[in-house]
Amino acid sequence: MEIILFKTILVLVLFLISLGIAAYSTYAERKVAAFLQDRIGPDRAGPFGLLQPIADGVKMFLKEEIIPNHSNRWLFILGPCIFMLTALMTSAVIPWGLPLEFDGTKYALQVADINIGVLYIMGVLSVGVYGIMIGGWASNNKYALLGAIRASSQMISYELAMGMSIISILLISDGSLSLSHIVESQKGMNWNVFYQPLGFLIFLICAFAEANRTPFDLPESESELIGGYHTEYSSMKLGLFLFAEYINMFISSTVISCLYFGGYQFPGLAYLSAHLPANVVSIISIGALFTKVFFFIFFFMWVRWTIPRFRYDQLMRLGWQVLLPLSIANMLITGGVITFFNL
Amino acid sequence: MESTILFYLLSAMSVISALFVVFSRSPIYSVLSLIVCFFTIAGHYIMLNAQFLAIIHIIVYAGAIMVLMLFTVMLLNLNQEVSVHKFNLTKLMAVFTGGLLFLVIVASVKSSTLANYQAPAYLNIGNAEDIGMKLFTDYLLPFEISSVLFVSAMISAVLLAKKEIK
Repeated sequence: MEIILFKTILVLVLFLISLGIAAYSTYAERKVAAFLQDRIGPDRAGPFGLLQPIADGVKMFLKEEIIPNHSNRWLFILGPCIFMLTALMTSAVIPWGLPLEFDGTKYALQVADINIGVLYIMGVLSVGVYGIMIGGWASNNKYALLGAIRASSQMISYELAMGMSIISILLISDGSLSLSHIVESQKGMNWNVFYQPLGFLIFLICAFAEANRTPFDLPESESELIGGYHTEYSSMKLGLFLFAEYINMFISSTVISCLYFGGYQFPGLAYLSAHLPANVVSIISIGALFTKVFFFIFFFMWVRWTIPRFRYDQLMRLGWQVLLPLSIANMLITGGVITFFNL
Repeated sequence: MESTILFYLLSAMSVISALFVVFSRSPIYSVLSLIVCFFTIAGHYIMLNAQFLAIIHIIVYAGAIMVLMLFTVMLLNLNQEVSVHKFNLTKLMAVFTGGLLFLVIVASVKSSTLANYQAPAYLNIGNAEDIGMKLFTDYLLPFEISSVLFVSAMISAVLLAKKEIK
C-alpha cells in the first residue's frame, strides 16, 4: 500500500518538476541568449526578471483562442495534447537518485524499473512525433503541413542512428536494458562517455534532432515556414507545443546524463554512503544528477545561440550518410573489442 | 480480477478500433484508429508478460510504419471522402477472398479448446536476453532466413527509389 502511495507522490513530484524546469528553461534560454549576445534579457517582472515565466503563462492563457475555419477541430485539439503527453511520459523510467529510506523500508526513486527501460524511451520518442503530425495536418495550412512532414521524416531518420549508438551502450553494460542497471554499472568515474566517445557524440547530435532544437529546428524554421507545424495555433495550445519542447529538452538532458555520464553517480559516492545517513546521500545523488542535467540544458541553449540552422538536404545527408554508418561502425568496433579481449 | 477487467477493456478497445479502421470513411481516421489498435495489442502483450515484444511492437508498428502511413495519407491529401468506382468483378473477388479468410478464422476458432486453456509454461518470454538466446540457438535458421528476406526487401526499395542514371 505504502509503495503505491509513494509512487503516486513521486509521479506528482516528477510532473511538477518537469513543468517547473520547463518554465524556468524559457527564462534561462532568454538569459543565456542575452548573455551570448551581450544584452541584459528579461529583467522587469520580479527581481532579475524571475517572474517572467509566470507572466508568460498568464499571457498565454489570456490570449484569444482561434481554431481555423477549415481545420479538423478534434484533431487540432488532439495534436498538442499528444505532444505534451509523450513529453511527460519518459520520466517514468529514469532513476533519479539512490533510494530514500523511511522506517527501514527502501523506496527507489524511479517510478517503474522495467527491464526494457531504454526501449521504452525509444518507443515514447517514436510515438511523440504524432502530436506534431496530427497538429500540423489538422491545421489545414500548407506551412503547418510542411513543418509536420519535416518533423516526422527528421525523427525517423535520426532514430536509427540513436538506436545504434544505444546498442553500443548496452554492449558495454552487460546487455541490460534497464536504466537503473546502466546507471549502476557506471560507478565512480566509470562513465560510459569515456568508453563510448563516438557513440556519445552521435547520441548527442541525434538528441538535438529529436528535440527539434537548433541547428535542426527545421520543422519550425520561421524564416521559411512562418512557425512550422504550430503556425495556426494560438493561446495555450501554442503554449503546450512550446512547453512540451522544453520538457523534451529536459528529458533528453536527463537521458544523456543517465546513459553517458553516470546518472546520479559521482566519484566519492561510495565513501559518502558509508559515512552519512542514507537519506542525505540520496539527496546528494539527486543533486549530482540535476547538476549534469542543468549543464546539458545549458549546452542545448549554448548551441542554439551559436550554430546556424542546417539546410534540409544537409540534415538528411548528415543523418543517413554520416551518422548511421558511423554508429554502425561504432557498434561493430565495440562488439569486436569486447569479443577479442574477452571483456 | 483486475487483470480480467483490463483484458476485457483492452479487447473491447482493440475490436472497436479495428472495426473503425474498416468502416471509417476518412483515411486519416482509419490510420489513427489503426494506431490505437496497435497500442491495445501491445497492452495484450504486456498482460502476457511479454514486455519486450510489446515495446518492439510499438516502436516498429506504431512508431515507424504508421508514421510513414500517416505521412503518405497527408502528402497525397486523401482527406476528400471520395468513393472510387469499383467494378463488379472486383467486388465479387473481394467478397470471395474475405469469405475465405473468414472460413479460416472460423476453422481455427472451432479447433481451439478454450475451455481448458493453459497459460504458456515458458514465462520468461518478456526478457530480452531470453529472446536473444532462443533466437540465436534454437531458431537460428529461421532468423537468418528472415534477415535475408529483409535485406532483399531493402535492396529492392533502394532500386525502386533510385533515380534513372542518364
